[in-house]
Amino acid sequence: MPEPLDDYIDAVSKALALPVEEAWRPAVRANLEVSLRLARLVDEFALPDETEPAPIFTA
Amino acid sequence: MTTKSEMTAAEIAKAVSGGKMSALDATEAALARIKQHDTILNSFTDVTADRARAKARTIDADIAAGKNVGPLAGVPFAVKNLFDVAGLPTRAGSKINRDLAPAKRDATLIERLEAAGAVLVGALNMGEYAYDFTGENVHDGPSRNPHDTTRMTGGSSGGSGSAVGGALVPIALGSDTNGSIRVPSSFCGIFGLKPTYGRLSRARSFPFVASLDHLGPFARDVTDLALAYDAMQGPDADDAACTTRGLEPTLPLIANPVSDLRIAIAGGHFQKNVFPEAVEAVSRVAKALGATKIVDVPEASRARAAAYVITTTEGASLHLDRLRKRPNDFDPAVRDRLIAGAMVPAALVDRAQKFRRWYRAQLAEIFKSVDVLLAPATPCTAPKLGQVMFNLDGVELPVRANIGIHTQPISFIGLPVVAVPVPLEPLPIGVQIIAAPWREDVALRVAYALEKMGVVAAPSPRGF
Repeated sequence: MPEPLDDYIDAVSKALALPVEEAWRPAVRANLEVSLRLARLVDEFALPDETEPAPIFTA
Repeated sequence: MTTKSEMTAAEIAKAVSGGKMSALDATEAALARIKQHDTILNSFTDVTADRARAKARTIDADIAAGKNVGPLAGVPFAVKNLFDVAGLPTRAGSKINRDLAPAKRDATLIERLEAAGAVLVGALNMGEYAYDFTGENVHDGPSRNPHDTTRMTGGSSGGSGSAVGGALVPIALGSDTNGSIRVPSSFCGIFGLKPTYGRLSRARSFPFVASLDHLGPFARDVTDLALAYDAMQGPDADDAACTTRGLEPTLPLIANPVSDLRIAIAGGHFQKNVFPEAVEAVSRVAKALGATKIVDVPEASRARAAAYVITTTEGASLHLDRLRKRPNDFDPAVRDRLIAGAMVPAALVDRAQKFRRWYRAQLAEIFKSVDVLLAPATPCTAPKLGQVMFNLDGVELPVRANIGIHTQPISFIGLPVVAVPVPLEPLPIGVQIIAAPWREDVALRVAYALEKMGVVAAPSPRGF
């Protein structure tokens, strides 16, 4: 039975022309689950609309 | 008796510039020690013996001619193999990069150390593309812990930890994106400085996560750490993120008293997810400094999560084309994490960068009433090589992803940190001395005070 993220992995793999061999899929899926879980933790945190991102960080 | 290879950088420089030892003798001693011990430690991937001897002879000739040879005269050093070394392909721990053309010019930090009289003796093992906390490398084999060669050095600057912890060289350079200087410092029982983000030039080093990458030195005592750091400071137009601040030398300041400093213990996240040895190490350091106040760092766990997201996505962006063209030449564990990173939606990455701004403001507030925060450098002493899981606060977790659980929330906002080694038995462990932005001098001053009190020290290597 396919895992919930498998369709998403297939779609992004195609969109990015980024190959994901079947043998790698379980590890890619496991890593993506961790990344999305941690990203969700950040996403849940309410921030003011005016918050600027800090991609080039200045201490 | 102290042998040449066990001398500190300051002692070597003094002996060489004072004519009591030649730079060539100091270099030969380091090369001999590397030859004798590195078959076990596996810290070096390249030994640049010819270059080192030529440089040492130049220094000796300059001394004979009465020229000023700099504060690091004749001091052997080595660099993580993501630094460009003229004549070598910059492999960055990978198989793929070995196909690159040899670098034409040294990294800025190598140039600056050599301008101060230091002698490059080689390039050091590291985790592939720096996406690592273990010091293991599938292509080159693991670097080994100098206190127990069956254990990890920590990564990703594993060879740097092993070479300095094993006293092969007194100074090494590494990089720290999420903890890659502080983790090997902790496991290998040495001092490491991760400066403020933007302080030291990253020009001509192979990147990992542009908005989080830092470079910095390792040493076996605080004086050597400050000596190396001071020699590398200064603006550099070749690194877009490098500060335009002028030199702010720390060596003249490290022996100043610490009694006026407000030192606190980082609470919350930093007191969770720890083994007893990490608790003991922080406790010893805090007691010696008279620090009793505990300051909660708000949302540090979320900061770690945001650092994770930014790392995996920026790392994926860097390697996207290599992932398409040469996926089978990566370490499979690195490849699979990077592929997953490429699949994280952009909106979530932007959230992480916005959160970073918010979190930075919280820490800025804390540093209005505190000068230094103390926190564990790692949750435990060095795990066994190949160990996959550990039990952290009653939960079975992957070792590799969680070794940096206490370092990530700090580098996330670029704060300067000195990792200091507490020589516990049977293995050392590090504590982070965290200061406000641009106050490396304060972190080094506290580290020096702890060293003078005998609370922190690099233990002699005894694993080989």
